[in-house]
Amino acid sequence: MLKATDLRLTFNPGTPIETQALRGMSLEIPTGQFVTVIGSNGAGKSTFLNAVSGEQKVDSGTIEIDGIDMTRQPVWGRARHVARVFQDPLAGTCEDLTIEENMALAKMRGERRGFSFAVKPALREEFRAQIATLGLGLENRLSDRIGLLSGGQRQAVSLLMAALQPSRLLLLDEHTAALDPRTAAFVLELTVRIVAEHKLTTMMVTHSMRQALDVGQRTVMLHQGRVVLDVSGKEREGLDVHHLLDMFEKVRGEKIDDDALLLG
Amino acid sequence: MSLYTLLGALEIGLIFSLVALGVYISFRLLRFPDLTVDGSFPLGGAVAATMIAAGHDPFTATIAATLAGAIAGLITGWLNVSLKIMDLLASILMMIALYSINLRIMGKPNVPLITEPTVFNLLQPEALADYVFRPLLLVFVVLAVKLALDGFFATQSGLAIRATGSNARMARAQGVNTGMAILAGMALSNALVGLAGALFAQTQGGADISMGVGTIVIGLAAVIVGESLLPSRKLYLATIAVIVGAIVYRFFIALALNSDFIGLQAQDLNLVTAVLVTVALVVPRLRAHWSGKRVS
Repeated sequence: MLKATDLRLTFNPGTPIETQALRGMSLEIPTGQFVTVIGSNGAGKSTFLNAVSGEQKVDSGTIEIDGIDMTRQPVWGRARHVARVFQDPLAGTCEDLTIEENMALAKMRGERRGFSFAVKPALREEFRAQIATLGLGLENRLSDRIGLLSGGQRQAVSLLMAALQPSRLLLLDEHTAALDPRTAAFVLELTVRIVAEHKLTTMMVTHSMRQALDVGQRTVMLHQGRVVLDVSGKEREGLDVHHLLDMFEKVRGEKIDDDALLLG
Repeated sequence: MSLYTLLGALEIGLIFSLVALGVYISFRLLRFPDLTVDGSFPLGGAVAATMIAAGHDPFTATIAATLAGAIAGLITGWLNVSLKIMDLLASILMMIALYSINLRIMGKPNVPLITEPTVFNLLQPEALADYVFRPLLLVFVVLAVKLALDGFFATQSGLAIRATGSNARMARAQGVNTGMAILAGMALSNALVGLAGALFAQTQGGADISMGVGTIVIGLAAVIVGESLLPSRKLYLATIAVIVGAIVYRFFIALALNSDFIGLQAQDLNLVTAVLVTVALVVPRLRAHWSGKRVS
């Protein structure tokens, strides 16, 4: 369970370019729930995700995962509980390492790393079986440098890597945004499958309202650094993109054009 | 070129292949431009020579020199990781600090080792001449170091260090304490350089305060020459390439300086190095150009 309470963060305080990225952002995600997060440019979705992962320190507020206070933990200290897939397909893997070495790295996420060989034969077979489920023919290329794969293939492997080791929270940061539509659909389908298979508590930031409604059980909309809309269950089932837009206007009392949300 | 000069070149080439392996770890695996080696090489020599001259066992002295190098690397890493000083600058600071430290250790600008025991003359069998035995022993040392490095960088900890250099953000997201990984990598890198300095002092008749000048250039030259001779991303091939690079580099230097018809002399050493590195940098591009491929 993720419990973020009253997060506040201001970039460049006291300067003309001061930006209040988070203004009392609070969100609770119960164990096993798949939440999608949308919002326009500068709404604070990426900042919030970075705050939860630890890449961005907050000015105030607390972040708890399953009751453990993570607010002051560095990124590597949270890794035991938090798995993450980045927006940039190149960011989630080490291009100089082989596919199996990347997977071995993820297999030990948050664990003490010792002096035994990282890729043992038994582990290699496990990786081979795992990667075969992608249906991309990568099972015979385990010792290839991952830099040789396409962005979509690397993103699919990143997703697989995120689930190699149990986590209390999976963070997906617009992880299909940089892919072509067909690959994006494939990676999204894979996401849904992996999340269901491992019953992962998931927060997916997305640029697409369509995607936000299609996957997961709950959708949260951010605006100006806090939650302005939170729909789930029956209410969410009947929703369409234009409903979401209407609701947004109603909540904020201002008009917003679709593009700003789609491109955000 | 006589057999004597040939074996001499091999001997120095093998010693500098340890430097080159260290430079490979910092520059290539960690992507940390580390000039500390110009200080940690003479540091290794100073510690070993001073201890041997004071009557200590040469093996203990060599191990102490290796540890001294590791500490120098640790401090450079600490300046970068904890004090947030830019990597290159941190290593330059450490390099100039080591100049004074080395003078302090030796107490004078040089410590000769003429009649004192060294790891080489202690192990040398009666049947072999010293100039044959030294390169022979070094081959074993370098091979052992290479295999140990290959093994280490295939372990979970070694992988964490490589991941830190390749993609620090991803490494942190996988729970790697990247600061510690940099410290460990820098310590390992400079330990090898310290070891090389200790062996160099014991083969060249002592340590000298100026023995470190240009060490980084020689190390980088070896890495670059090796990579252009044997381009490979596989670690066990890359470490071979680096060792071969260091030896080839020394052979070219010896060839250039010992061929009377070229007319080069000892003071032309740095010029020859610069030309050699330039050639090594250009050849891969030309090769790619001829085979019709583009290089980035």
